[in-house]
Amino acid sequence: MVDSKQQWKAWLYLSPAIAILLVFTVWPIFNTVRMSLLEGYSGLKAAAGMTFEFGLGNFQKVIEYRRFLQCLQNTALLCVLTVPVSTLLALLIAVALNSIKPLQKILQTIFFLPYVTNSIAIGMVFAAMFNIVGSFYGTENEIIVTAGIINNVIEFFGGKPVNWINYGSTYVANITVMVVYIVWNALPFKILVLLGGLQSINKQYYDAAKVDGTPRRRVFARITVPLLSPMLAYVIITGFIGGFKEYTSIVGIFGEQMGPPDDAGRLNTMVGFIYDALSTNSQGRASAAALILFGIILAVTLFNNNVIKKHTHY
Amino acid sequence: MDKRVMKAKNMQQASLRSRTGKLTVQFFTYLFLIVMALIVLFPFYWMIISSLKTLEEYRLNVPTFWPKRIMFSNYAEAFTTANLGDLFVNTMIVGVSSTLLSLIITVLSAFAFARLEFKGRDTLFTLLLATMMIPGELFTITNYTTVTQLNWMNTYTVLVVPFLVSVFYIFLLRQNFLQIPNELYLAAKVDGTSDIKYLWKVMVPLALPTLISITILKMMGAWNSYMWPRLVANDEAHRLITNGLRNAFTTTSGDVNYPVQMAAVALVSAPLFLVFIFLRKYIMAGVSRSGIKG
Repeated sequence: MVDSKQQWKAWLYLSPAIAILLVFTVWPIFNTVRMSLLEGYSGLKAAAGMTFEFGLGNFQKVIEYRRFLQCLQNTALLCVLTVPVSTLLALLIAVALNSIKPLQKILQTIFFLPYVTNSIAIGMVFAAMFNIVGSFYGTENEIIVTAGIINNVIEFFGGKPVNWINYGSTYVANITVMVVYIVWNALPFKILVLLGGLQSINKQYYDAAKVDGTPRRRVFARITVPLLSPMLAYVIITGFIGGFKEYTSIVGIFGEQMGPPDDAGRLNTMVGFIYDALSTNSQGRASAAALILFGIILAVTLFNNNVIKKHTHY
Repeated sequence: MDKRVMKAKNMQQASLRSRTGKLTVQFFTYLFLIVMALIVLFPFYWMIISSLKTLEEYRLNVPTFWPKRIMFSNYAEAFTTANLGDLFVNTMIVGVSSTLLSLIITVLSAFAFARLEFKGRDTLFTLLLATMMIPGELFTITNYTTVTQLNWMNTYTVLVVPFLVSVFYIFLLRQNFLQIPNELYLAAKVDGTSDIKYLWKVMVPLALPTLISITILKMMGAWNSYMWPRLVANDEAHRLITNGLRNAFTTTSGDVNYPVQMAAVALVSAPLFLVFIFLRKYIMAGVSRSGIKG
């Protein structure tokens, strides 16, 4: 029996949350769909009393926009490059951490450290590490030459310094810097989840394998990875979701111009595209782009879920 | 030789081999972990030593790994250049007020979902969880218009109110509340204890670790938030610390006064590290707990 006193009490307790959610979560969902379907919708023009025709024009415009394809390519590329690398590295580190006793706690803490950072602030540190001050190829009156610590290390090992983020740098170099930074940033969460998963695996499986004299690699492939697969699935899916929303890490390294000084916007992402549209008061276009982003995230998540389900042992 | 002796000898050799094998594996495990740990730590190290160098030393062709002359004055300069004092105060106002209000709302909602019975409870809860899949940018577009119409631009309200409800925190706390036996609630009812008193005296203390995790994550959120504050409250009086930092040092490549910039970055990062050192357990628990939601 549901007594009526509990009924109204429950709604009373929920009322602040529901009120805020209605205004700032539920209404935006409907409104975003509405704005995306009104051709060329703009908040400013709407306030001035202009009306808009119903149609799919915003979506068409977004897709045909050259900058949008660039943003989509950047976002997808960063996802495809960073998720496998960070997952694999995190798996290796978690397995290694799980197999040691002394120093385990302190190393675990060190590996978690990048999580408690401000991605804009530490992005500025990475920018400093990759930055070149002055012309590296040495014109005569150029005295200041700091190749940047990363280039110093490359030179130390006999390599040639690379123009990573400065004027005239290549797209490949820019993306490489972003991959390094994003992987560094993504490791802590993945290690934490995977290590938690490893520690909950029943030790009996390993004891049984030991009795059978199973080689290490086989134990890893046949016991550790399958039993860890739900956790792996989780970090891969959240990795892709986070990857498609990449934005602040790029602002951290390249600043608001989202690219090297000679090619602003070169590294812009889907989220950056939405904010750009919003700042020019093109809410229709921003909404269409946001819905496309949501669609992509949903599709990738469902795809991952399907692939993973086939290979996961729950 | 006797067969038994041979067997014993073989076994001894085998165990010796496996022991040296184990030692090499251990050695490489530690080597791998320590190298990776150094790579992870390097940006922090580079931030700190760069922040203590003179500009001349920073620009040296061959880098130094320890400052020749320690320049604490970089920190003073960074503090005034970026106006970190004001930014810090603004961020604390937003962080503390949004955390307190958010905790109250979260506790009440989680209690309703965990302990009270009402029509449509499970449907409502599922709907709430479903909103977690939607990227936040989708809400931002409309919320930007909404807060403009509410005349909330450039106020603390605009930085606090839209994010007071986190479905994820409600979920987290509800799971925690569900673990507390219902008998306690029924006993309290028999004794005539009010809900609020019961919540405050029983539920909140028992769920304290989760509440602390939520508090820290929420404070860190205020500290690190960038996009929303930049859109709606980027004026001098309400600017938060991340925006202030980005605004004060707009150029990241080329000839920049890096020592001062790194000092500012270190000052902004320091509170996060302090919190982490003292409350590591709660942060890691809160973050890894999010693993349940999959």
